[in-house]
Parts: sequence; structure tokens; C-alpha cells
Amino acid sequence: MSPREIFVLRDYLDPSLKGRTLSDARRVVSLTDITGETCLVGRPRQLSGRSVLLAVADQLLSALAMIEIDGVARRMLLCPPDLRADHVKTLIEDAEIDAIVTDEPARWTDADVYLVVAARAPVRTAARARTERPTEWLMLTSGTSGVPKIVNHSLEGLTGAIVADGPARGAPPVWATFYDIRRYGGLQIFLRAVVGGGSMVLSEPGEPIADHVARLRDKAVTHISGTPSHWRKLLMSGAASGFSPRYVRLSGEIADQAVLDGLRRAFPEASIGHAYASTEAGVGFAVNDGLEGFPAAMIGESRDGVEMKVVDGSLRIRSTRAAHAYVGRQAAALTDSDGFVDTGDMVELRGNRYHFVGRRGGIINIGGLKVHPEEIEAVINRHAEVRMSRARSRRSPITGAIVVADVILAEGCDVGRSDDLREKILADCRASLAPHKVPAMIKFVAELDVTTAGKLARHDA
Amino acid sequence: MSVRLRIISAIQQIAVEQQVNLPPLDDALSLHETGFDSLGFAILVARLEDDLGIDPFTISEDASFPLTIGDFIRAYENVPA
Repeated sequence: MSPREIFVLRDYLDPSLKGRTLSDARRVVSLTDITGETCLVGRPRQLSGRSVLLAVADQLLSALAMIEIDGVARRMLLCPPDLRADHVKTLIEDAEIDAIVTDEPARWTDADVYLVVAARAPVRTAARARTERPTEWLMLTSGTSGVPKIVNHSLEGLTGAIVADGPARGAPPVWATFYDIRRYGGLQIFLRAVVGGGSMVLSEPGEPIADHVARLRDKAVTHISGTPSHWRKLLMSGAASGFSPRYVRLSGEIADQAVLDGLRRAFPEASIGHAYASTEAGVGFAVNDGLEGFPAAMIGESRDGVEMKVVDGSLRIRSTRAAHAYVGRQAAALTDSDGFVDTGDMVELRGNRYHFVGRRGGIINIGGLKVHPEEIEAVINRHAEVRMSRARSRRSPITGAIVVADVILAEGCDVGRSDDLREKILADCRASLAPHKVPAMIKFVAELDVTTAGKLARHDA
Repeated sequence: MSVRLRIISAIQQIAVEQQVNLPPLDDALSLHETGFDSLGFAILVARLEDDLGIDPFTISEDASFPLTIGDFIRAYENVPA
């Protein structure tokens, strides 16, 4: 028997709950039967007490390996699919990795340093995994430059918001997300599916959005999450019709009123919530009233183990769901001396609500006057003819920088009217924003880059 | 349209957007007297770069910023295409 106080992922896989599945575009695996199966070739017991790098390309196999490794290994570092090969060595050293679980064993040749365990499609096994210890869950931050930071979580912290929310009402949920589950936002959804007794439909890299939505419909997905950029892409695709989830969740970027309203129109039956979370601070809160920003009353008071304050304009969070520390030889402190994580997300109080205005590092400086690109995008996006926009910095010999905007028009919008539309958007910007924040130019574009983490690419940030 | 006319037209357009009352634009008018602030000039230079394909104030390190409308227009006219 496992010590009672340690709870691990497989404890939520009750074999009496029938019909639970985990699927991607190619396979369906039963979560009901999975505790009698293994996807680790050889002697998975050898992973006991090891520091494991989970380097498996596909999400489904990664998910099964997470279930098997949790409670056995000392720690498990989740590699997202876009991890750069030249960062791997540093991460292995910093996380003191001594075992690799991989679907490409031939790639890992330095067997003196680590044990290599191959992952493959699950097969029946008589051996039952034993819970030996709480495994540290190590995740990587999604910063755009340099080696990502390693963040150390516990399963208890990772599932704190899920436990606080309680079980979903009605039939067991079928979760889906546009995120990769090796990222914080995606892992939350995977854990919600496992902890909440539900099923899950994984995303598939490179899959056309219409095919993805067809899978979501076929598998009767009830709960689904993504970034506002993911959702704008879905709304733009016209593929949403016929798909009717019960719960639609946004996180990872600022959910502006336009995207919330767009989702309300597309999914009139669904409850729509936007959540605030970061890899370091964990899940802060969810807002379910359909409005952008969050009530000012949430600041100060501690609820469900989460306490928030605003200092110098940035949101600070002290939370039982936050990571414990950064891991590595030169790891910085993750919290201040009072235990608060500085999220770097800047907020502004308007009336009785705080609104997110952007990232501290993303500010554009126009001759000494500052603007967050997200503030401008929120004004542009509220035009019905606009589906998505990106404000960015453009070099200027006069002011150092000016702001320009790239805009994707909504489907069916008459391109012949683009001059009128540009003038209409600019007039609104002039009425709503300080002069230096008004884009000097608006360009209509066919697409905008979204990063593998599902966020609008900001090359100048 | 000549470079001169395109520059004048861009100045007039920005004046409307920025709600600046432009005096008559003759060559001797100092840029200061146009009523444009630095943001207005920054927008003008960026739009002209897109329209004409040149930014004479970035190309040349030692280019001093012009003082009059005439200087400003000549900075564009004197850049080899």
C-alpha cells in the first residue's frame, strides 16, 4: 500500500469508471484499463527515485508515461515539442537528469550519464506500479529567448485549482485543449480530465482546424480550453458550427471583450470563462461573468489558498498552487521574501475592475511615452469587422519607435472597403487612446504568427 | 505625383488626424511652425518610408534633421533612388 498522504495521478484512474478514454487523431486509449498496462519498455521499476527527462514526441504517449512515472521517480521534467536541441544539455545538467524516457531511444547515446527507457504503445502487464514518493513535476517556462527556466511543481499544487473547483456537474466531462499538455495550460486540462473522472481529446500538431473540430464533435467534447489566439483562429475558420461545448475556457493571453463576445455568439449555450495562470504562479483565478478583466475585490483577500496584490502596476500572487522554486545551478528566487511571485503581467484599475494591459517586458517606448501593444489591440479588436490584430513597435529616427498595427479582417468583410475601415478603426483609436498609442499605420494582413505555446508572436517584445 | 506633392499630401493628412491647424506650407516655413510635435513627424517619416521607399534620416548617420519644409522635402529629393 502506498502511504496515505501521498496521492498520485494513477489514484484517479478508478477501474470502476467505465468508458474513459484518451485520444489523439490516430489512437484511442482506455483510461479505465490503463492501470493494468505499461508503455515503458524494459524495467520501469528502474525509474524509481530517478530524475527523469520525459522526451516523447507525441502527447498521448507522454500522458501515459506521466501516469506511470508519477509516484515512482524523484522528478519528471516535461519536454514540450518545441524544445530546442541545443538547450537539452543544460537542462539535463540543471535538473540532474539521470534517466530519459523517450520514443527515440537511438537519439540518446550518452548512456553513462543516464538510463534510457523506451516508450511505446501500451501493453498489458502483471506488474503494478507502487507509489513510493511524491514526484516533483518540472516544467519549462515558455520565454522566447535563451534557455527556458525549469520550474518545480508538486502534483498537489498543480491540481489545487481543480480540487477547489470541485467536480463538473452532470455527465463526466470530455476535455479538450488546443494547448500541448507539456505546457502549463495544457497540463491543467489533462489533469482536469484525469482528476475529474473524465476523458480527453488531445490536439495534433499540424492538423487542419476543420479536422480538429470534427474530432472534437465526434468525441462529444464538453469542456475545452485555449488561448485567445487559438479561439480567434477557430472563430476565423468558420469551423465552429455544429460544435457545442458546455464550457469554453480561455487562458495564457489577455481575453479582451471582443473575443469573449465572439465566443458568446458562437457558443450561446456554453458557459465561458477566462482563467489567469502562469507556469510559475500556477492557476490564480477564473472569471465567469463574461466580462474582460477581473473584479477588484479579488485583490487582497485570500481565497482557496491564493492571495493577490498589485505592486508598481504588476500582479503579484502568493499561492499554494505556485511552483516551489526554479531549478538549476544559477536559479533565481521564484518569489520575493514574502512568498509572492511577480507575474510581470501589468494591470490597471478602471472602476471596480482590474484590466490586464500587457507584459512588463512588452512595453513600446515612443519618445519616452509608453504603451502596451495589448491595449491598442483591445481597441482594434472590438470592431466587428476585425478578427485579430497585433500592435507592434516600428523603429523611428525621430521618437525611437512608433506603433503600427497589423489587422486580420473577419471573414466576409469587403476588402474594397479597407480604406474606410482603416479610417474608422483609427478614429476609434484616437477617441479611446492617448495620441502616442494611436497606430501610425494599419496594415491589413491575411495571417498573424501564433507561437507553439498558442500565443500571438511578438518579435519585437 | 511628385515627391514634393506626396510629402505635402502626407503632411496634410496627418494634420487632419492630429487636429493640427496647418499654416500655408511654403519652403521657408520652419518645421516648428507647422504645429507638428515629434510624434507627428515620426508618423510622417514612417509613412513616407512606406510610400517612397526611403527614410533619409536613418540612411545617413550624420544627417541633421531639417529645419524648414524646404529642407525636409530636399532630404527626400536628394536621396538617390
